[in-house]
Amino acid sequence: MRKSMVVVEGSYAVAHAVKVCKPNVISAYPITPQTHIVEDLAQFAADGEMNCEYMNVESEFSAISALIGASAAGARTYSSTTSQGLALMHEALFNASGMRLPIVMTVVNRALSAPINIWNDQQDSISQRDTGWIQLYAEDVQEAADMTPQLYKLAENEDILLPAMSCMDGFILSHVYEPVILLEQSLTDEFLPAYNPEFVLDPKNPMSFGAFADPSTYTEFRYKQEKAMGVALGKIEEIANEFKDIYGRYYGGLIDGYVLDDAEIVIMAMGSVIGTIKDTIDVLRSEGESVGLLKVRSFRPFPRDAIRAALKNAKVVITLDKNISIGKNEGALCTEVKACLYNTDTRVPVIGFMLGHGGRDIPISMIKKLINKAKLVEKGIFVESEYADLREDLA
Amino acid sequence: MKLVIKTATKPGSTRANKTGAWRSFMPVFDHKLCSKCGICAIYCPEGIVFKLENGYFEPDYEYCKGCGICANECPKKAIKMVLEGK
Amino acid sequence: MSLLKPGHRGCAGCCDALAGKFVLDAIGEDCIVVSPTGCLEVFTTPYPESAWGVPWIHSLFENAAAVASGVEAALKSLGKKNNTKVIAIGGDGATLDIGLQAISGAFERGHDFTYICVDNEAYMNTGIQRSGATPLYASTTTSPAGKVSFGNPLHKKNMPAIIAAHGSPYVATASIAYAPDMMKKVKKATEIKGPTYVHVHAPCCTGWKFESSKTIEVGRLAVETALWPLYEMENGVVTNVRKLKNRKPVEEYLKMQGRFKHLFTMEGGLEEIKKIQAIADWNVKHFGLE
Ligand SMILES: Cc1ncc(C[n+]2csc(CCOP(=O)(O)OP(=O)(O)O)c2C)c(N)n1
Ligand code: SF4
Ligand code: SF4
Ligand code: SF4
Ligand SMILES: [Mg+2]
Repeated sequence: MRKSMVVVEGSYAVAHAVKVCKPNVISAYPITPQTHIVEDLAQFAADGEMNCEYMNVESEFSAISALIGASAAGARTYSSTTSQGLALMHEALFNASGMRLPIVMTVVNRALSAPINIWNDQQDSISQRDTGWIQLYAEDVQEAADMTPQLYKLAENEDILLPAMSCMDGFILSHVYEPVILLEQSLTDEFLPAYNPEFVLDPKNPMSFGAFADPSTYTEFRYKQEKAMGVALGKIEEIANEFKDIYGRYYGGLIDGYVLDDAEIVIMAMGSVIGTIKDTIDVLRSEGESVGLLKVRSFRPFPRDAIRAALKNAKVVITLDKNISIGKNEGALCTEVKACLYNTDTRVPVIGFMLGHGGRDIPISMIKKLINKAKLVEKGIFVESEYADLREDLA
Repeated sequence: MKLVIKTATKPGSTRANKTGAWRSFMPVFDHKLCSKCGICAIYCPEGIVFKLENGYFEPDYEYCKGCGICANECPKKAIKMVLEGK
Repeated sequence: MSLLKPGHRGCAGCCDALAGKFVLDAIGEDCIVVSPTGCLEVFTTPYPESAWGVPWIHSLFENAAAVASGVEAALKSLGKKNNTKVIAIGGDGATLDIGLQAISGAFERGHDFTYICVDNEAYMNTGIQRSGATPLYASTTTSPAGKVSFGNPLHKKNMPAIIAAHGSPYVATASIAYAPDMMKKVKKATEIKGPTYVHVHAPCCTGWKFESSKTIEVGRLAVETALWPLYEMENGVVTNVRKLKNRKPVEEYLKMQGRFKHLFTMEGGLEEIKKIQAIADWNVKHFGLE
């Protein structure tokens, strides 16, 4: 363990990262497994360690709504939620993005009800894919913490001005005790400039926000959001590198490869399962198998060109999804990867596996099993997409 | 027109929209009957009845929608609603 | 010129426009206004225009109080609160129905802001559907009078009492037909620290079906018949009521409005009017209006 490392809970590491970003207004509502983050922040506030308004609101809907007001008034804002809470915010998520308010929120990924389930999958944030929020997925606790200042810098960029979600797997990352480096205040001050938006609610310059747009202008507002996502696409890597220069850590920009260049079988995934996949690959590589990993760090903006380039030499691609589009029998990553390859010369089979829903464990043996299935493609046995970890006795 | 993100707009810019065109009845103010009480200005929903230098009141016909509230509320019956174009 | 500028698309004779104008002119420039979705919001801000001469934000239909509380928290955190008043101006639907939870939370948290409900007694922006503020027997598009119905069967929700129960230091009722009184109350509400509330009765010519020139007259009759009592409450106690000298029977108010027309034409309607008169009588007794 490096000297400056401490063993803390994942939630604490994230709360601490939020603290050093110096938000002016925090507004959140407790829900498992996000609770420890907001409790830790409340304690920081109670101990006078943060110069910020900490709002105990009566719902997630008001949590995000309060931040819409606060952000429009010029504040740096933070919230955290998951699952039911994120679903409850749905309408306001579109609103925050449409008004171009750079709110940053940690989504502690959890399954959605019914049946009610408090454990991890990524159905919650994936279901908010089209709300106009930037979405990055963290592989481990350190990355989840480090993502926080990176996302503020990204969201608040004057050519972007979009809200951003930092997604971390519930319990697996939020409740694990791991050695991490807590973000230094001095380095964060150096990395993250103050938030000084051009337009704010100000009696001295009374602008109106949230006007009613008719068919003659509505499209262009949406188009500008899309353009801003395009700017974010270019900046994510740049900001990850700036972060590396100051803090010395790097997790990839839009995507990250792991023994990818010569890999015939490429596994694609997002979030904490990346760790398990890397462990599996280490074993298989030592046995001479040609397997690599393509980690998707940014799901929105979707790194189409980067993924196309990374998959150029792949023979088979496997996507892992902790979510399902019911009625399509497919997870979002699978759908999007297939779509992004269609107009290219890369003709590679993409197999979609859905697994790890509602907190079901994903062991190394499972990843191995999926890689073996991928090998069957050569023999002409091809599954389009399926649940990888169904219990046959219940199905 | 340049779109300002945040759907931000300039204060008071509806003034570009001349709602006087909506009117079918026009309030005509008779200063001879007027007591200069200003009630017509208070209750005009458009906020476009103004006090003249001589203390009497007149609407800005560019915006007056002809609702007739001023005429209805005038305690001196000094305002008549007259069909437009007559 | 008023801080609510002309050129807006409110109907001729619009109650919400009057309410907005009175609020801004009572408070002045140093304020930030939050509007939920509704008539006032829509007709004042068709992009790229805005009728507002003060900083203004619209987010959604049900979250104005939460947005306002966030604005207030931000100003405090940024050291910019000073004397700037934070105001939410919401319709009755936004206030009594869909936004109630956010309002409850904001009043409980004690933000220094003023919530003004512009009560035109239905969802006007979407076409005169009933709300929790629609009075007994008003015909609306979702509570129409018909062969077997006298219209809205439910009583108007007592929102001022709900807010007072939150411990608000100042709750008042007002009417656009009593402009000086309304403006005085709005100003007072903004000057008192903490979450304060003014519930403004606002007769809507389009929704209530009367001539546009009668907006103020109808509003006056609501007060004169004791169907809309004007009072102030400080820390939960009624401290001031507007007394009525010559109280009028409710028929005088009802007969001016198309939404109550069926009570005068349907068999048994006049009998039902007694129930509305009973509401006025209760108000007189409860608030000591005479
Ligand atoms: C969540 C949601 N549900 C419904 C609507 C549709 N809607 C917009 S305004 C409105 C009614 C507004 O009524 P009120 O608050 O009384 O204001 P008014 O227009 O009457 O002044 C409704 C139902 C909406 N915008 N959002
Ligand atoms: S209300 Fe009538 S009397 Fe009073 S100022 Fe206006 S025109 Fe004159
Ligand atoms: S008719 Fe209506 S809009 Fe015109 S001046 Fe009179 S009150 Fe104002
Ligand atoms: S419907 Fe009523 S509240 Fe809405 S703009 Fe018309 S008069 Fe005003
Ligand atoms: Mg209404």
